[in-house]
Amino acid sequence: MADNAIAIHWRRYPERYLLRGCHCETCKTDFFPGRLFCPNCRRKGKMVSKEMPRTGKIVSFTEVFVGPIGFQHETPYFLALIDLGNKCMILSQIVDSPKEKIKTGAQVKKVFRKIQDTDHEGAIAYGYKFKVS
Amino acid sequence: MRSVSIIGAGQTAFGEHWNESFRDLIGKAGLMALESSGIEGKTIQAIYGGTMASGRFVGQEHIGALIADELGLTPLPATRLEAACASGGVALRNAYISVASGLYDVVAVGGVEKMTEISVEEAGFALGGAGDQETELFHGATFPALYALLARKHMEAFGTTEEQMAQVAVKNHYNAMFNPNAQFHREITIQDVMNSGYVASPLKLLDCSPISDGAATVILCETSKAKKISENAIEILASTQASDSLALTGRKSLTELMATKVAAKLDFEEAHLKPSDIDLAEVHDCFTIAEILAIEDLGFFKKGDGGKATEKGKTSLKGEIPINPSGGLKACGHPVGATGIKQAVEMFFQLNGLAKERQVKDAKIGLTHNVGGSGATAVVHIFKKAQVK
Repeated sequence: MADNAIAIHWRRYPERYLLRGCHCETCKTDFFPGRLFCPNCRRKGKMVSKEMPRTGKIVSFTEVFVGPIGFQHETPYFLALIDLGNKCMILSQIVDSPKEKIKTGAQVKKVFRKIQDTDHEGAIAYGYKFKVS
Repeated sequence: MRSVSIIGAGQTAFGEHWNESFRDLIGKAGLMALESSGIEGKTIQAIYGGTMASGRFVGQEHIGALIADELGLTPLPATRLEAACASGGVALRNAYISVASGLYDVVAVGGVEKMTEISVEEAGFALGGAGDQETELFHGATFPALYALLARKHMEAFGTTEEQMAQVAVKNHYNAMFNPNAQFHREITIQDVMNSGYVASPLKLLDCSPISDGAATVILCETSKAKKISENAIEILASTQASDSLALTGRKSLTELMATKVAAKLDFEEAHLKPSDIDLAEVHDCFTIAEILAIEDLGFFKKGDGGKATEKGKTSLKGEIPINPSGGLKACGHPVGATGIKQAVEMFFQLNGLAKERQVKDAKIGLTHNVGGSGATAVVHIFKKAQVK
């Protein structure tokens, strides 16, 4: 598993670094993360790569006090479900924001951060987090 | 499709079994179920087993053959099914289909998990596999965190309170006091839950089901034959299953589990029943909010009323619809692969009037509800005492 750690990460760089998902030109729907084919149009769909909006609104949030492997030294931290405004939802950590401003409906914007120091595969992973804007 | 009944049921105690292996647990539950049915092992024609992550928990895969071997039932066909925490329910449904279809007359179906051999952190990582590894776990989500996101949404949409969620845990701990197979025999108060410390706000330690070892098995038989074999036969009136997006981000609504709603609707149609016909239910309370979502999505209470109904005692042992008389996942314990089968075992006891102090009065029709992950799989079954027409 550890031997492929780098490939496991880099194949997802476009998604994690650029918020790159996809868009179906047939039904004009955005998807994040990207999907192999459009679940609405199925084989009639035409998927193209597309970057998602970098701002959104908190739909729900939680403050995590017991973290999983790789995050035990990060606690407590905030996780939120974010509506990107294009009918796509994303789950992300909320960082660099005063606690009292992290609430449902708050506007957030994407930032680029280290996600895990060393994940269970031994690699340092980077990607998106969000902050209250 | 033919009618199918359960003719025997067995369950190990749920908890920390340091003296017993994965193999011991499923072997014991299997023997108990056979003994309860009164049939000989050689009558069994096929074996089904549910386990979620035995590879991660004990390094053992190939569970179907292991069960057949341990029970001395080789060369029977033996199949493992996996659907995260709904592995047991999905195994039950596939065993049901094998008999309903006419392929077999008698099959055994077990569920097992041995979770305490590894550290709590490693167990949490293994359980995380029930969610989306790339878009949820990668970002630091845990299962309590995913259900906490659903809980917050429910609180903001309907005014559900942390105290109402705590009441689910209080009720289920109370019920477990009367279940000798339960992991916890300790009454708790709302204050105990409120003081137990956040795991992922608004969920606290005592809102969460524990890490457990345990196994459960039932024997299924075509109903006309079942009635001749056992006076305790309980008929499976309906068996349904539905799926949804693996990750929460793919859900159309965050105040319901769509898979539960779909499976329940199909189940009631198949059984020609409505929610008010159900006398008791074992539902998937991996977290207290999950029980509130379940009793709404199954149609026992209006969307948004689950917290209030719980607070008013409507779901207690003597309430209008007793929920989780076994103690549920919260207090009976949650060896994930075993849970869906344990729910059927509880129905076997309840509908036969064998549940002693936790017996639900006039229990004639019961429902079980088993969920995988944060709602990506839901399995619903309805049972009725076979003789009652």
